[in-house]
Amino acid sequence: MIILLYDHTWPGMLSAIFEAFDRKLTNCMIRRARAHMPSAFDQDIEVTTNTMKAARVITGLKKKLSADGFHQFYACFLSELHGIEDTLFAYTRLIFSSKDRVEQAFANAAVLRVSQVAKSVHREKHRMEAFVRFRLASDSLFFAEVEPDFNVLPLILNHFEKRYADQRWLIYDMKRNYGIYYDLEKVTEVTLQRTVGVKETAGIFHEEEPLYESLWNDYFKHVNIRERKNTKLHLQHVPRRYWKHLTEKNKL
Amino acid sequence: MSERIREKLAILADAAKYDISCSSSGSTRKNDNKGLGDTGNGICHTYTEDGRCVSLLKILLTNFCIYDCAYCVTRKSNDIRRAAFTVQEVVDLTINFYRRNYIEGLFLSSGIFKNADYTMERLVSVAKKLRTEHKFNGYIHLKSIPGASDELMHEAGLYADRLSVNIELPTEAGLKLLAPDKDRKDMISPMTYLNNEILAKAEEKKVLRHAPLFAPAGQSTQMIIGATGESDKEIMYTAHRFYKAFNLKRVYYSGYVPVSQDRRLPGMGSAVPALRENRLYQTDWLMRFYGFHVEELLNDQDPHLDLEIDPKLSWAIRNLHHFPVDINTADLRLVLRVPGIGMQSAQKIVAARKFQKLNWENLRSIGVAINRAKYFIICKRSEYVHRDLTGTRIRQYILAESQSKFLKSSYTQLNLF
Ligand code: SF4
Repeated sequence: MIILLYDHTWPGMLSAIFEAFDRKLTNCMIRRARAHMPSAFDQDIEVTTNTMKAARVITGLKKKLSADGFHQFYACFLSELHGIEDTLFAYTRLIFSSKDRVEQAFANAAVLRVSQVAKSVHREKHRMEAFVRFRLASDSLFFAEVEPDFNVLPLILNHFEKRYADQRWLIYDMKRNYGIYYDLEKVTEVTLQRTVGVKETAGIFHEEEPLYESLWNDYFKHVNIRERKNTKLHLQHVPRRYWKHLTEKNKL
Repeated sequence: MSERIREKLAILADAAKYDISCSSSGSTRKNDNKGLGDTGNGICHTYTEDGRCVSLLKILLTNFCIYDCAYCVTRKSNDIRRAAFTVQEVVDLTINFYRRNYIEGLFLSSGIFKNADYTMERLVSVAKKLRTEHKFNGYIHLKSIPGASDELMHEAGLYADRLSVNIELPTEAGLKLLAPDKDRKDMISPMTYLNNEILAKAEEKKVLRHAPLFAPAGQSTQMIIGATGESDKEIMYTAHRFYKAFNLKRVYYSGYVPVSQDRRLPGMGSAVPALRENRLYQTDWLMRFYGFHVEELLNDQDPHLDLEIDPKLSWAIRNLHHFPVDINTADLRLVLRVPGIGMQSAQKIVAARKFQKLNWENLRSIGVAINRAKYFIICKRSEYVHRDLTGTRIRQYILAESQSKFLKSSYTQLNLF
């Protein structure tokens, strides 16, 4: 089996797809170089990321997919699921080999998988839009730590930029060690030194921060209707793995 | 200071929680003044331990009230702690919660102190302050106080995204019994005014693109279920009438939570009718999105919803002559009527069958609940094997197959609505 290795970036994966087409490979796998374990039975090929080639794949895809369909393709990539690149490659081959739009041919395995994975990624995006909890630092930065299942910061950026246009904020993905920072003008990607940690970097809290956190916790407690308790439903909506960063759940 | 505000929040959040609505969707307010916030599809920022969406800061301005409605914790005769926020306190709470991404906005209601106008004026001034002094573009839902003047309702519409008057009980008789000082007419009149105003503004917007927003998320209402003896038919017919007459965005059905020892009401400790409430929401959903007419679902023959099975399945079993539906050719309208096929699956089916004929495996992977749908459809590889089954039989089979699972899962579907 031929294995194409790429540098885990979006243009990198697209370059790998380009390469596979270029070499007319039909039976190959695409894997992130960093996570790859070489095996004696496979032939590894390192793909150099090439933005021109990536752009050509994008143009091709956009021609054959609706805006929504293209977005789903990108969302799948962000899932970082093992082997998702192979699904995307199979999907791309299907797309380029058919005259018509195929994104709704749900009876095809790749099409269905793409729509399902994209759906999970979008659910995670929505969860992050909901579960980000900003804390106000004394230098008036609102910052939040998150650990999403999928790499969704690129997908939530727009939402936060539009909504919090008049405050500086930073959302930091602790799992992937990078964040997005808004400085009242634009959003940029930032990486903090591991040794410092987000809290220290942002400085100590604003003097009103503890009050508002307590008020929020109070509120959360008091909107509950005890007679209607339904823990199962609660957990379904707010799975335990998110509690760590939720003000109202980690202080109870 | 901070202790006092915490106490007020505790009291006034407690008193507001029986208003079930927490929707923050359907508005079109954008952040185009580089201010704070915007509105969109509405986000549930967290869920209470009873599994309900928390999207808005939902509080009363005060729980002092001159009325004595039997079903309400805030009623005058109830011996509880009372408190009142100042306008500024509500503004500060809203802004500070919003900036931390706790909420989508504010849902402000109030007990009635002095009179309707006096109360409404204060609600309006909170909204006005948020919009004008803080450039706040998040979601604001104000309660319209029954009996408030048209002028105040007009101002409310300028600043709020949504307005609501709760009709409280499904029938006028029920209202007479439990809230003798209240008059349906006082509730209808602000709804009528706002509906006319909203329609007029929508017309204006067609001509003038920059006409100011007026309650862009429309009106909603709520009624309490299970406090008085109405049938499901009466409840849903009332809902239907209100949807039609006032173009309501939503009607909420709130299972009565016992708050009072009163001969006229279910006793303290009686269970909240959660399953019934869920069936009503499902019926509401079928009515609004699945193309069902309320009379198909509830009528003199069947004035009550079946608690064991959902209203769509129940309808299908009563109307077997509409089935089987051929999944590869039938109209979307008919596909939507098949038990076990939801909105998303129906749309996927209609899209996917353009490429190839669909078989059972395809349907399963698309997300159709085959165990229910199989009695009502035919598709590629299979004949309709259930032709000679009676409705009662189908009902038994489906119930047996999903007995314990079913009751539970029907309850979790609450989140759909
Ligand atoms: S008027 Fe409203 S707040 Fe006052 S008792 Fe009646 S329902 Fe409760």
